[in-house]
Amino acid sequence: MQINKLLLIIKREYLAKVRNKSFVVMTFLSPILMVAMVVLIAYLTKLNDNEKRIIAVLNESDYFSQDFLSTESTGYVHFRDIDLTTAKDSTDNLGYYGLLHIPDASGLEQVAENSVFYSKESASTSVLDNIEYVFQERLRQRQLQNFGLSSEEFAQMDDRFEINTSTYAGEHNLKGINELKAAIGGAFGYLIMMFIIIYGGFVMRSVIEEKTSRIIEVIISSVKPFQLMLGKIIGTALAGVTQFGIWIVSAGILMLVALTIFDIDPAVLGTKADLTAGMVGNMPQIPQGQETLELYIKEFLNLPIVTLLVFFLIYFILGYLIYSSIYAAIGAAVDNETDTQQFIFPIILPLMLAIYVGFFSVFSNPHGPIAVGFSLFPLTSPIVMLMRLPNGIGEGGVPIWQLVTSIVLLIITFIGIVWLAAKIYRIGILMYGKKPSYKELFKWLKY
Amino acid sequence: MNNILVANEVTKRFGQHTALKNVSLEIPKHSIYGLLGPNGAGKTTLIRIINQIIFPDQGTVFFDGKQLKPHHIAMIGYLPEERGLYKSMKVGEQALYLAQLKGLSKKEAKERLKYWFDRLDIGDWWNKKIQELSKGMAQKIQFIVTVLHQPKLLIFDEPFSGFDPINANVIKDEILELRNAGASIIFSTHRMESVEELCEHIALIHESEKLLDGKLSDIKKAYKNNVFEVGLEVAEGDALLMELRDKFQIKTANFDALEKQLDFKVQLPSNDSRGVLAYLSERANVNQFVETIPSANEIFIRTVQEKDANK
Repeated sequence: MQINKLLLIIKREYLAKVRNKSFVVMTFLSPILMVAMVVLIAYLTKLNDNEKRIIAVLNESDYFSQDFLSTESTGYVHFRDIDLTTAKDSTDNLGYYGLLHIPDASGLEQVAENSVFYSKESASTSVLDNIEYVFQERLRQRQLQNFGLSSEEFAQMDDRFEINTSTYAGEHNLKGINELKAAIGGAFGYLIMMFIIIYGGFVMRSVIEEKTSRIIEVIISSVKPFQLMLGKIIGTALAGVTQFGIWIVSAGILMLVALTIFDIDPAVLGTKADLTAGMVGNMPQIPQGQETLELYIKEFLNLPIVTLLVFFLIYFILGYLIYSSIYAAIGAAVDNETDTQQFIFPIILPLMLAIYVGFFSVFSNPHGPIAVGFSLFPLTSPIVMLMRLPNGIGEGGVPIWQLVTSIVLLIITFIGIVWLAAKIYRIGILMYGKKPSYKELFKWLKY
Repeated sequence: MNNILVANEVTKRFGQHTALKNVSLEIPKHSIYGLLGPNGAGKTTLIRIINQIIFPDQGTVFFDGKQLKPHHIAMIGYLPEERGLYKSMKVGEQALYLAQLKGLSKKEAKERLKYWFDRLDIGDWWNKKIQELSKGMAQKIQFIVTVLHQPKLLIFDEPFSGFDPINANVIKDEILELRNAGASIIFSTHRMESVEELCEHIALIHESEKLLDGKLSDIKKAYKNNVFEVGLEVAEGDALLMELRDKFQIKTANFDALEKQLDFKVQLPSNDSRGVLAYLSERANVNQFVETIPSANEIFIRTVQEKDANK
């Protein structure tokens, strides 16, 4: 009987949300807008890159004959046996981007010192950077040769060096994998935060609507206020899950279609593509080497996916229930949405804190004292703990006692907060015309 | 058991404020019970306690002889004073939802809704949204939703507010019809003329306390103050009035010389009117002799004022 009523309420709340025009528009328009945006950015970037800059080089010196070679984005045209004025004129006439003049002088340093780049408008930094780099390399090479290094030795010196890292067990792991792991955890944490803020707000507005339309007293003469609150929270969450599901699926499909149509290499998009799938985080640069890439994939597959998903669900459900019941209590306490501001800020604060602490502290040291503290504190743990969890549980990961403590604390808080929120809700929904203060809310708890 | 609802020494406090203080009531079956009182007297608090929306700090409430329990809400229909409906939900869907919350099956609810929609002429509103309806129309739907599950006890808090006189009459007839069909009804209002019309029993609550309750006719008897309205057909009205003033306590009086009509009010020491009637009929033709019965409104005002004066 009571369960039936709860199901009825959940169904009504779900349908009311899902049928809402703005919800429908949001659900179906957002992925299109987002994909359109990504495609537009990618397309524009591609356009930008397609514009090849051509730079004329008038080299009168004995140096740099092999250094300015055309690349994909910049082409070099070498002028010979003409004077500077003619070179400038022809550069301008030919519509080239600019003219690099390398004069003849007694030594490399002098040559470099007296070289000038002429252009119609002030030159873009990317062009200058390229040219400067060439000069710098040559100067450095010359300097080292002066110290007695041969060209081969110089080439060797320039080899990149990457340190190999390993666990004590001897398993090779990768530099940057911590960041990758934290980014995956961060994506989960961010998802929880967004969900709480968006759908907690929906719960709140739904409560306010029932209050202002004065249907509330009719309903709570049939069901307990707590049932109504719970039904509302669950129904709204289901609507949210539906929306997120549609977003992820449709954004994925649209992205695929769009990329095929516009013939854009997905790699160009890099992190942007992940954004649409609800994943946010600074993905580490994918190293070029095939071997390294394989290692990354292996490492990725080694992530405790099942553990992650299970704990994501636990933290997601508990976190959402805690916050949305606070939102429901706020909705019950006020008569209109403008009065909610003073109460909403303190709720968003721990969420923001969790995200920032997560991104700054957990990324650099997943098991430092700050990370541990915030992953135990119940109002931040759903987000921060998820950022730590990709390292696994137990050795090398989150100690079991921390995980258990965190969940126990979360459950205790959940019971406490829902109890308090239900009390405020029960009183608040029948109070009209009172602008509530914290003092007033505290009094309600004693009714 | 002749009472549908008994409240026993019910007290409810909100922080420092006492909303109800030792209120006891007996609401008989198959009748209309008027719950009267000024604004903020505690009527709504009492009604909410009956609906188990809030719970008393002290005292108990019995429903049909048994202590009030959550399952009783299926047997109570409540039309609150502050009432409304979901604005963006369709009429039919909404009525079905509310009926199902009261425990009706979907099929049953649908059939009964059809019946009531026909009865109150609102058949084609099923697919309209509440925001498209006028206030009166929405009120009709709320009334239907309140009575749909055929509750034993109906509670109407200001049921006529928001209705035009014609529809108010329709609703009044429906309430009487429900009473005749066996429902017990609590009727909370400020409109005293509807109390006179509908209620067999009343209770008056003022400043959290019950001041009086009982059968309306008994209360009226108790509040009679032996004032009689008299009309005499007499030529020498002024002279007679002088004479009467000596013998009796005459209140307002008026003599119309043209019509030879003398009207006045007389206050008697007791309910026994035989003496004065005999005296009058010897001297003039008595064409009116009526005991004034206080209206519910007068009783209401007098009781509240007496109470305030005693403080």
